Amino acid sequence: MPKSHGSDIDALIQLLAKLPGLGPRSARRSTLQLLKKRDSVMVPLAHALMNVADTVQICEVCSNIDTHNPCHVCEDVRRDRTTICVVEDVSDLWALDRSETFRGQYHVLGGTLSALDGIGPDDLTVDSLIGRVRSGEIDEVILALNATVDGQTTSHYLAEKLEEFDVKVTALAHGVPVGGELDYLDDGTLAAALRARGSVSS
Amino acid sequence: MEWQDEGIVLSATRLGESDAVLEIMTKNHGRARGFIKGGMGRRNKANLQAGNFLSVNWRSRLETNLGRFTVELLHSPLGNMLGDGNRLAALAAVTSVVVTTMTEREPHLSVYEGLGAIVKLLEASDSSLEGWGAAFSQLELGILQELGYGLDLSECAGTGSTENLIYVSPKSGRAVSEEAGFLYRDKLLSLPAFLASPGEGKIDMQASVEALRLTGYFLDRYVWAVRTGGQPAARERFLSSLQKHTLS
Repeated sequence: MPKSHGSDIDALIQLLAKLPGLGPRSARRSTLQLLKKRDSVMVPLAHALMNVADTVQICEVCSNIDTHNPCHVCEDVRRDRTTICVVEDVSDLWALDRSETFRGQYHVLGGTLSALDGIGPDDLTVDSLIGRVRSGEIDEVILALNATVDGQTTSHYLAEKLEEFDVKVTALAHGVPVGGELDYLDDGTLAAALRARGSVSS
Repeated sequence: MEWQDEGIVLSATRLGESDAVLEIMTKNHGRARGFIKGGMGRRNKANLQAGNFLSVNWRSRLETNLGRFTVELLHSPLGNMLGDGNRLAALAAVTSVVVTTMTEREPHLSVYEGLGAIVKLLEASDSSLEGWGAAFSQLELGILQELGYGLDLSECAGTGSTENLIYVSPKSGRAVSEEAGFLYRDKLLSLPAFLASPGEGKIDMQASVEALRLTGYFLDRYVWAVRTGGQPAARERFLSSLQKHTLS
């Protein structure tokens, strides 16, 4: 195969190809773009990557990923400190925070219980969640885990664990998404939506 | 190689960014695995949840390859289960038992039908925890039978009597009557009446726990001790939640 570029550029392409959403072809295009915009994109990107790689930490309170410890969310004094929203992964925390509908604290579990994958309670941050609830500051724990069998099994496990504390344990509703048409919904979602139906306010 | 079948999802594991390896209990081809392109993507992930009934098409160049599945959702029972921790625990336990006991690509129609019946029972709003436990133990008894380790619960191993069969010998897997087993009752396993004579006997929490202990003992001895080093964690969790209800 003819070589059109050096091994350093090849290494960059191979590393970029490991990122989600990028394959070898799109990694080559990205590399070419970086090389063309060396001063405006490539060098700042390299600096940003080095900075984050040097400073990134797992928050000791909520297990979020940030360059500070405790993270920005835990340090924000404007947030409601009596409510914790439990999420599976950092991407879920970012998604919820992007919606700007929740202004409380978060707790990242780091996964869900999965019998077949061998993930048990000890592999998750369940103990630190219970430690936070035990501190007495918390009034409500919102279980915002995925509507999958593993996600909901974990929700019920956590609800059981939190039974002994004087906190309200709630979970996200399941049902028809905004803009969703009933004709296109699967029967599981329809059944969950029917079960969770509410009265229409006038 | 190509076949089409219907089946019940046992598990789906992410492979790479958005692909999946599906494990499914099919009606005519037994436990089967296959690759699904984009299976963990936004559009397909909901279809691959454990307990879902799917129509599947499996295709492979060679019979020994992993092969590729194309799937279509027939029915999802999860809408009625997601809000109930006990139903989910039972579903996880049943699927993990089928995954850890059944050999791949060997048709076992009775196990498929038993699994389907339990999923439907878990979906039904008026079913009860002890009923799920009893159905689960009957499925496990069927699995033992299919694997060639079937228990002989028809007559007493000592006297040949068919009356008062309330124990099972842990050595032979044969039923023992109350009279013959009285002296050895501490060493024998309890046999609930609904397992000894299907359709008879009261199904309560205690009987369900005893039935699962009985089938679990033999599955552990013949299958899990050899293959996985113990019963699946999900089964253990379901059994402990049954025991908790027995005590309360």
